[in-house]
Amino acid sequence: MSELAFFIDYSRCIGCQACVQACGECDTHRGRSLIHLETIERRDSVQTAPQVCMHCEDPICAQVCPADAIKQTPDGVVQSSLKPRCIGCSNCVLACPFGVPKYESDPDQMMKCDMCYDRTSTGRRPMCATVCPSGALAFTSIEDIMRTRQGRAINEWRFGDQPVRTKVHVLVPTEITHVDVGLIPLSSLRRGSAPADPYDVAALLEDR
Amino acid sequence: MKTGDRPRWREDFPVRWDEDHYVTRRELAKFLTLGSGLLAGANVLIAFIGLNAEIPKLPVQRIAAAADIPAGGSLLFRYPTADDPCILLRDRSGRLDAYSQVCTHLSCAVVHRPDEQALACPCHKGSFSSTDGKPLAGPPTRRLPRIVIEQRGADVVATGIEV
Repeated sequence: MSELAFFIDYSRCIGCQACVQACGECDTHRGRSLIHLETIERRDSVQTAPQVCMHCEDPICAQVCPADAIKQTPDGVVQSSLKPRCIGCSNCVLACPFGVPKYESDPDQMMKCDMCYDRTSTGRRPMCATVCPSGALAFTSIEDIMRTRQGRAINEWRFGDQPVRTKVHVLVPTEITHVDVGLIPLSSLRRGSAPADPYDVAALLEDR
Repeated sequence: MKTGDRPRWREDFPVRWDEDHYVTRRELAKFLTLGSGLLAGANVLIAFIGLNAEIPKLPVQRIAAAADIPAGGSLLFRYPTADDPCILLRDRSGRLDAYSQVCTHLSCAVVHRPDEQALACPCHKGSFSSTDGKPLAGPPTRRLPRIVIEQRGADVVATGIEV
């Protein structure tokens, strides 16, 4: 059996918030949940999607850090910011294509998912994956995933022209080999000219 | 960004943990322990070598005829090599003594002051006793090395140095 890896199956998420609670119980950042539970097309759907750190092979958050506070371990896990170094500039928050790092004003530092490094480095599963009742978050071997799930596990993304490879895999339909995220041209965002995004909650409030 | 075309500064601040030149607490403790052990061992070794080493015998060298030095007079000579200036002096009572002429403060040449029973250093007003070479005044804290002399017939000869 190959080594254990992290898999996200967005379609299985039932929005129960168990992962959010479990993440907050982790000893290294007690009481502070670092997982994101996103809503998808909230106006029309109850679909949710968990977002943990994808642990990019070339982590852009660490590349843009001016204080050398974000480190990648030899096994490819991108750590949360180092408390003595982080200056709270939020460069990483802006740079991450997955929107994972969060600036926390209380300790004045960036905090993000580190795949429960205290647990996974000793072979145990991350907190969120241990509690997920539907298997949307799974920490297991690729053989196990291929045996029990439909679709394909991929870890290649494309943001505009920028390819990104991640340590965390996501499950997608079999015909998809990588996730292509198109860029929104800035011109289309100009006020007035852009068509109203029906899922922009802030715009909905403004319209009222 | 590939590893090959990384800028120089990135090597000093690498993203990957294992490329960073961290000094862990354990490494520091190990260094301190081994370093202290090495120093202690080197000290023991040096002490051992010092105990067993043969002290080279200094040459016996004629300085002058004893009659050449009047009471209160002095005479310069070099002992044991031509680079070691020394002073032979006779005090008012007629006693002969010889010392290194190099002041133990900053190596100026000392001069005999028979009336004060002293060897005075003009550079910083240091002063040594002419009876035993111990510092009396001024900046010197160590005594002048004494040249061991003996009288052989009419001559005064130097036979060794007492530091």
